[in-house]
Amino acid sequence: MRDNPLRFFRIGILPMLLACSNLAWGDQFAQGVAPAPARQAELLNLVRQDCGSCHGLRFEGGLGVPLTPAALKGKPVEALRDTILYGRNGTTMPPWSPFLTEAEAGWIVQMLMKGLP
Amino acid sequence: MRHCKILTSRIQVSFLALFFLAGCATAPQRGTGDLGVVIERATGSIQVVETTHRTKLAQIPGLGDLSHASLNYSRDARYAYVFGRDGGLTKVDMLEMRIVKRVMQSGNSIGGAISQDGKLIAAANYTPGGVKFFDAETLELVADIPAVDQAGKSSKVIGLVDMPGNRFAFSLFEAGEIWVADMRTPAKPVLTKFRNVGKEPYDAMITADGRYYLAGLFGEDGLALLDMWNIEAGVKRVLNGYGKGEQKLPVYKMPHLEGWAATGTELLIPAVGRHEVLVVDQGKWAEVGRIPVHGQPVFVVARPDNRQVWVNFAFPHNDTIQIIDVQSRKIVKTLKPGKAVMHMEFTPRGEHLWLSARDEDKVGIYDAETFERIGELPADKPSGIFFTHRAHRTGL
Repeated sequence: MRDNPLRFFRIGILPMLLACSNLAWGDQFAQGVAPAPARQAELLNLVRQDCGSCHGLRFEGGLGVPLTPAALKGKPVEALRDTILYGRNGTTMPPWSPFLTEAEAGWIVQMLMKGLP
Repeated sequence: MRHCKILTSRIQVSFLALFFLAGCATAPQRGTGDLGVVIERATGSIQVVETTHRTKLAQIPGLGDLSHASLNYSRDARYAYVFGRDGGLTKVDMLEMRIVKRVMQSGNSIGGAISQDGKLIAAANYTPGGVKFFDAETLELVADIPAVDQAGKSSKVIGLVDMPGNRFAFSLFEAGEIWVADMRTPAKPVLTKFRNVGKEPYDAMITADGRYYLAGLFGEDGLALLDMWNIEAGVKRVLNGYGKGEQKLPVYKMPHLEGWAATGTELLIPAVGRHEVLVVDQGKWAEVGRIPVHGQPVFVVARPDNRQVWVNFAFPHNDTIQIIDVQSRKIVKTLKPGKAVMHMEFTPRGEHLWLSARDEDKVGIYDAETFERIGELPADKPSGIFFTHRAHRTGL
């Protein structure tokens, strides 16, 4: 249930449209294009500090689930990216799509899975 | 001659003794009433600051993961007990400015409380969910209350506060319960459990008189209220379905109830998922007004004279502070103190307000009357600011 890839289809038309409009970004992500260095620094601060408020500064969990490389191992990247973008209904996880592109969310997943620098 | 020499040396010795005594007497002695702690969350360090000259006295490293860190002060306001996210509990001497003792008491912690008599430190834990009690002197474990509900499921504990009578109250996030622990015999806690108080209590507060325990609910609109003077009446639901039918906004930072402003007859509280501060009549426990604000409020903190409240906001509006005049319920000032304002703390008598601007690496100091920025201190990703007058207040 948690990582049901189908959940993407349950969350409504608007996010799907948003996702479509972001397809170009998705392609970039698929080709491994990382955000520009200045944006990377912003994103890393956001992840460490703002995600860290619930998930812990070391991502070992809090109100939110742990996000360490060990905790994320084997989970589908797209489902994780969609959780960041669209939140998780019925939990305290909010959608971050107003602030992040699909490519940026994908890059964040990559960074978390590797372990943040 | 010989006699004389001995006399001289005796005099020398006594002079020496006098010198040392004088040295002791002039060694820096001070009270702690104008001291405080600033949490530096990313580096796991704290600063000891003083509010009279507005300076940093020391930086103390080695406190672990301090995201969402909070602290309580000993009854003599000399020691700070700092609760870290990683389950670390650290006792800091504010005068010698050093760590006295540190224990890893759980895997994941959210905050703590100190008993009315000052002898017990309680820690609220997420993993494993429950409350642990420690001897305030030695930090030895005294009692352990796992937060396991009737179904045998473990819950995260939130909203832990002390109460008169050496009691504590806390809430179970997943189970939706409020428990009161009577700790008059520390090794034998007596528990009173209130079930089905509402969905997902996320934080709680106690009124300054120690009478009303209020838990905010994340899973539904409303609050759970326990009147300690009529505890047998049980938990009552208040403000049920406020804002029913209105679309809630996504919540990027949980509101904190610790700073809930009680202004005598009214409570000003942050609305969850709304750009509003709610005004609640404390006699009827009913909503009597809403104040539209700049973003989703996180802390709503009353100036000690209760005439104004200062409000900070969740991401992405966390570069702003608004000040509400309580009488007219109007916003009298909007400030932009810098990126990511995390916390605000008034000096004991309320002439200044200190706030932490995390992404600016600064603590800003404001005149609470004119709203002028009168100073700042550098700090590494500052979050919580705690002054020692908390030592003598129930629930803090």
